[in-house]
Amino acid sequence: MKNDLKFSEKIKLSCRNLWKVYGEDPDHYFLNNLHVKKDPAILSKKLSNQGHIVANADVSFNVHVGEIFVIMGLSGSGKSTIVRCLSRLIEPNAGEILLDGENLLEKSEKELIEIRRHKMGMVFQNFGLLPHLTVIENIAFPLKLQGLKEKERLNKAGRVIELVGLNGRENNFIMELSGGQQQRVGIARSLAVEPDVWFLDEPFSALDPLIRKQMQDEFLRIQSVQKKSVVFITHDFQEALRIADRMAIMRDGQIVQIGKPVDLILNPKDNYIKDFTKDVPWESVLQASDIIDKSKKISQTAEEVPFDMPVAKMLPLLSKKTIGVVVVDDDGKRLGMANAQSFVTALATAEN
Amino acid sequence: MKSQILEKKTLSWIGIIFITVIFLIFKENWGWSTKYPKEFIVPFADWINFSMEKFIDNFGWFFLKISWLLSWPIIAAQLLLHSIPWVVVMFLVTFTAYLSSGLRLALFTFSAIFYMVLIGYWEESMNTLALVLISVPMAIFIGFGLGVWGFFSKRAEKIIMPILDIFQTVPTFAYLLPILLLFGFGTVVGLIASVLYSFPPMVRNTILGLKRVPDHIIESAIMSGANSKQLFWQAMLPSCKKQILLGINQSTMAALSMVIIAAIIGGTADIGWEVLYYIRKAEVGQSLVVGLVIALMAIIIDRITSGFALQSDKDTKGPGFSKNSKKNYLSFAILGSTILFLLARFFVVLDDWPYDLSVWVASHINDLFETFVKAFRTEIKQLKNYTLFFIMLPTKIGLEQAVSPFTWGFPLEMIHKIFYFTSFSALSIWFLKNKKNDIFVFIILLMIFLYFGLTRMPWPPLLLIYSFFAWQIGGYKLALGTFLGLGFIVSVGMWPEAMISVYLCGIAVVFCFIVGTSIGVWAAHNSIVSAIIRPINDTLQTIPLFVILIPFVMLFKIGDFTALLAIIIYAIVPSIRYAEHGIRNLPSEVIDASKMMGSTKMQLLFLVKIPLALPVIMLGLNQTIMYGIAMLVIAALIGTNGLEQIVFIGLTDGNMGKGFIAGISMAIIAMIVDRITKTISERRSEALGLEIK
Ligand SMILES: Nc1ncnc2c1ncn2[C@@H]1O[C@H](COP(=O)(O)OP(=O)(O)OP(=O)(O)O)[C@@H](O)[C@H]1O
Ligand SMILES: [Mg+2]
Repeated sequence: MKNDLKFSEKIKLSCRNLWKVYGEDPDHYFLNNLHVKKDPAILSKKLSNQGHIVANADVSFNVHVGEIFVIMGLSGSGKSTIVRCLSRLIEPNAGEILLDGENLLEKSEKELIEIRRHKMGMVFQNFGLLPHLTVIENIAFPLKLQGLKEKERLNKAGRVIELVGLNGRENNFIMELSGGQQQRVGIARSLAVEPDVWFLDEPFSALDPLIRKQMQDEFLRIQSVQKKSVVFITHDFQEALRIADRMAIMRDGQIVQIGKPVDLILNPKDNYIKDFTKDVPWESVLQASDIIDKSKKISQTAEEVPFDMPVAKMLPLLSKKTIGVVVVDDDGKRLGMANAQSFVTALATAEN
Repeated sequence: MKSQILEKKTLSWIGIIFITVIFLIFKENWGWSTKYPKEFIVPFADWINFSMEKFIDNFGWFFLKISWLLSWPIIAAQLLLHSIPWVVVMFLVTFTAYLSSGLRLALFTFSAIFYMVLIGYWEESMNTLALVLISVPMAIFIGFGLGVWGFFSKRAEKIIMPILDIFQTVPTFAYLLPILLLFGFGTVVGLIASVLYSFPPMVRNTILGLKRVPDHIIESAIMSGANSKQLFWQAMLPSCKKQILLGINQSTMAALSMVIIAAIIGGTADIGWEVLYYIRKAEVGQSLVVGLVIALMAIIIDRITSGFALQSDKDTKGPGFSKNSKKNYLSFAILGSTILFLLARFFVVLDDWPYDLSVWVASHINDLFETFVKAFRTEIKQLKNYTLFFIMLPTKIGLEQAVSPFTWGFPLEMIHKIFYFTSFSALSIWFLKNKKNDIFVFIILLMIFLYFGLTRMPWPPLLLIYSFFAWQIGGYKLALGTFLGLGFIVSVGMWPEAMISVYLCGIAVVFCFIVGTSIGVWAAHNSIVSAIIRPINDTLQTIPLFVILIPFVMLFKIGDFTALLAIIIYAIVPSIRYAEHGIRNLPSEVIDASKMMGSTKMQLLFLVKIPLALPVIMLGLNQTIMYGIAMLVIAALIGTNGLEQIVFIGLTDGNMGKGFIAGISMAIIAMIVDRITKTISERRSEALGLEIK
């Protein structure tokens, strides 16, 4: 279904067969691309049997322009390692990373600095703010590094500060802010250089649940304006569901399954994935297009609902109208009928 | 069954005790075992003297040139400080104090400086300050540079760290020796010594600070597009500003204390020299009055520098942070100084405090002390004698010699000896029966030591005992190090002096550890005690060492006993501090859990708190020993007989070789004890699974 993609087809960032192994001397396993011929699971096992820590094993995925790609997995499954490789904070042992079709791993230190200054932004779990600078100075820090004039960088920083809603706190020091506010500064700083690619490594994990929800909304609002290509790390499945366009679930350094949230829920590949999806509140995950009953004829008189309406919002409608509602896409094209029965059917398939 | 009671370790100990007894029996026959034969002394000292002479013959001119060069900035600084009226200095320092820690410190600074002016030692104080002002930037520059290098290069760190250890364990006086020979007399020696002594803390703090910069700050700076230079200067350095400032604080304090100590070589016309002069002339009152200047100076410098360090922690709104206010403060300082400078032109009092307006309190203090000493003459004498007869002499020369009609009131008869040995043996065997093998060994050794005295024990069994002990604590490496190190001391013929140092320091340390830890434990449970103790500790740790000597010399004259008291008062501080810190920072869950199990207060203390805090308390012991050794070196001034005295004599009569070897011997002892106590602490904390903060 092409029309429910919120992002374009164009690939922004591509990660291919990425390996990152910690330990004595893992590199010689990857000489001459030997690993390509081997089954990654076997190689991974072999490496860890010899005392290595396999943080990423043969990880591949694409991030499209304007897409929010979520990587999700338990603690220690290698999520942070991936973004650190993507941003080349650490060097992978093997694999390819293509940014706009160019291999990032072949870039020199100098080119890399340029890329970070103009194309990448990153938000950290622990914020990574500089305690000796004020809010506005922190946000303008990347611009200062680029050598911009004070006036210009304060101008630019002022614009993003508005975006994250921190007006009025410009001259506070970091320690005077709450956790949520600090992360807003972190977000603003990562956006100050107007990057194309935006990495967020568990940006909201250090915040308490209420604030986290607020920040997620904020993030979605910002993203709806900015339309970055996003790699978002989280270990919270609910969070992933709320914001992901597509998501990957990791285990022991490997990606187990990639897909739209609903795909993962409706067609979990194995028990590991099922464990995650078990306690999902279906009515807020499923949307109108997911509960269409293809066998029903489209009624002309029934009420119309957009395809991306959460089922939770449809429930009152479904309970009143026995024939159900018509689901339409963005262009007004009628996709099919949905009713209480089709909802229950969808749930039943999801539960097992 | 028997082998179970007497495990291998205990058997070895029994063997060692057996060997010791044999040596004691044949003491008279084997003269070499008590007195290392002169023919076998390795003449390191002569070699050092010889090569130093040769070196100076060839390269001496070079060092004299440096000396000449370095004397210029000192002269310039002195001239500058002398030409500025005292009001201006007072204004500037007080203002800085205000910026650093607020009104209270400013008031304190103001009164302290006024005191310096009032008692008529302004010029000497400024000479000292000039030296500090020149040496601190040099030390900080060197220390920071090495620190950064050590941070970025593992190999550099491996070279730098042991050198720092040596610089900080070699006794202060021993430093002065080679410098004195190379650079000739004068203030430059003080400058160089103080730079060498004060750069290590800067290196350590720089490395520590940089290492502690959190990864996420580094990563976020990299992702902000910082190149390596920007990363270092704009992200890492500012985030470890506090540690760097603490380094500056420690360096400055070290520089000051070394400048004061360096006064001992004379020709400096500074405040340290004045104090020393009065101590030697036994003019107690005056030495106290002048010594107070040093103490005040140290406290002011310490509080100002540490104030800035603490301020950087809060990082907010504190004075002097925004650019604007910085400019304002600077212009205020300049304006104020100019006005006061002009005023001083018209009112000479503000420039040069008149001699006849100075306050002479020294004689009053002398009188006061004299009446005090007179009033309590018998008590003072008794305290001194009892300590000497019943504690110091037995440890030093053993009961065998210490007990006499003159000291204990009766001669040592056969019956006493039999009683002594049987009661000790019975006690030890009781412990053996209860399977407390370590205590059994300890008591037997104690029995032997106390009877024969530390300085009268033959050296071969002592060497064996120390090395075997080291082996049990830290394995064969530590044992080998101990054996070689102590063997070196024997081979250069300094064993007797070494044992005298160990005896004096040892008594002080045992006392400090027991009493200090008890006070610390008390302070941990009682906030009033804690509040009273803290400022006293702070002051004791800040003021330069030989000021501490003064009151004790006043009361007890010179000698071992005075030295002992001075060491105790200084070395007790870390024992108190660490004990309090260790107990206060125990995990509260454990304490609560034990309370819920119904333990009494005493049970809680002895069964839970102290065992858990033991690693930290052991670190306190370690520091107490280091402080004790540092003070022992200074105590040479008031006539002790150990290694420190050889260092001191070497310094005064220019026999570099001997003094230097003695200094190295002290450093060896310090390092061995340091390793052993640290290992005990580490092993304890590992066993408890605790991390020491
Ligand atoms: N510098 C390192 N040296 C050795 N092992 C490392 C290093 N960094 C990470 N690892 C290991 O790599 C694995 C993956 O770590 P990573 O930080 O990517 O996990 P994560 O999924 O981000 O976990 P979390 O949710 O806790 O952040 C872990 O087992 C970790 O112990
Ligand atoms: Mg992580």
